[in-house]
Amino acid sequence: MNTAFLELQPEAKRVTVTLDGAPLTLPEGANLAAALLAAGVSVFRATPVSGAPRGPFCMMGSCFDCLVEIDGITRQACLSEVEAGLAVVRPRGPCRG
Amino acid sequence: MQAEYAVIGGGVVGLSVAWGLLTRGRRVVVIDGGDGDYRASRGNFGLVWVQSKGLTEPRYARWTQRSAAAWADFATELGEATGDDLALRQEGGYDLHLDEAALEAKRRAYTRLQEQLGGDYPFEVLGHNALRREEPEIGPRVVGGILHRQDGHVNPLKLLRALAADVRRRGAEVVNGETVTMVDRPAAGFRLTLASGGQVEADRVVLAAGLGAAALGPELGFRAPLRPQRGQVLITEKLPKLINRPSGLIRQVDEGGVQLGDSKEEVGFDDRTTLTTTAAIAANAVATYPRLAQAQVVRAWASLRVMSPDGLPIYQRSPTLPGACLVTCHSGVTLAAAHARFLPDWLEETAASPDLEAFGEHRFSRAPA
Repeated sequence: MNTAFLELQPEAKRVTVTLDGAPLTLPEGANLAAALLAAGVSVFRATPVSGAPRGPFCMMGSCFDCLVEIDGITRQACLSEVEAGLAVVRPRGPCRG
Repeated sequence: MQAEYAVIGGGVVGLSVAWGLLTRGRRVVVIDGGDGDYRASRGNFGLVWVQSKGLTEPRYARWTQRSAAAWADFATELGEATGDDLALRQEGGYDLHLDEAALEAKRRAYTRLQEQLGGDYPFEVLGHNALRREEPEIGPRVVGGILHRQDGHVNPLKLLRALAADVRRRGAEVVNGETVTMVDRPAAGFRLTLASGGQVEADRVVLAAGLGAAALGPELGFRAPLRPQRGQVLITEKLPKLINRPSGLIRQVDEGGVQLGDSKEEVGFDDRTTLTTTAAIAANAVATYPRLAQAQVVRAWASLRVMSPDGLPIYQRSPTLPGACLVTCHSGVTLAAAHARFLPDWLEETAASPDLEAFGEHRFSRAPA
């Protein structure tokens, strides 16, 4: 996967999550935003008003740009952990349902 | 150069009045409080609202309608001067009901006011199905609502910022972080002494200090019977378009967040939020728009309304110090256009002065102290 990010613990146990329904294996217990970036995901969502692409910026819970949906609820990926079976959906902006 | 007007109060009310005076070529100094003061202009809901105002005083309903009608032109001029889009939308607004009897009581009150206003009160009652065509996300428990065509909303923080910037651009001096502690009349004009020890001189004074006017008012000859009334507000994360028109309780702001509010609590000078009230606000909002159950609340705050005993504005010339006027109201956003466009004529006592007799302090003469 083409990414500018390195994994800090490449030997960590990996679990399967889904991103927009597609399976992805990520290190268990890792920071979700960091794990997605390392897996080559750079656009996490489209903004709800203008539809502009957004991804993690501050990585510390302040900027709210890494928002994803987990179980239908918007979460900050940088404040979430990877666990087996996590279903992550990327908000698709103003055109959504 | 001495100012012609000193406006005490740098919130939406004081700045709207100052802005209006500046457009008439007056020299104005604005004395604004500090961030530790109660600042309704930073915590309000942002409605430009006609319905439900003046149900027992048609002259208040008319004054509100006159302001609402002047708002578009006011927002355009202010927006062009500052480059700020105030996000004014005046496409109507709702009073939504979960209870049939409450809706019917409102319909009767609005009908009575409509007759008193000679018919100029464009509202219609929408049942659940008609409402659902306007607002597809409305929940099954909403029995219906009143759509009033003269209602709207605006971004109140952009309004405050634009006013603050434009009064400076138009040449006003703005003093921030100050409290006026004493007013005296050394000669013809007024001399205001500030808490910092500084002094400001002006020919005339407009007291528009919100809750602060209760303390300073008597010094200028006013009764200023103002009290705080707490309102708590929640705002959600930014969401895709969910709500088309605002209600007095719920509106989706131009930036996507859904703002919830409309609690009224008599708790004195306490602007803290409470779990009980914010939970009740959220529960009501979810009953109205069920999709909000999935939304994250990102912020809650409380702010203190500036309330007179009957809830109406007060416009009063000082009976003891000619040249001093009290301007205060709860609906500073709705009335901003009237304060900017029409109130200067009252302050200047021109032939075009609006008739504000209904809003004088004489109406409190028999009120209990």
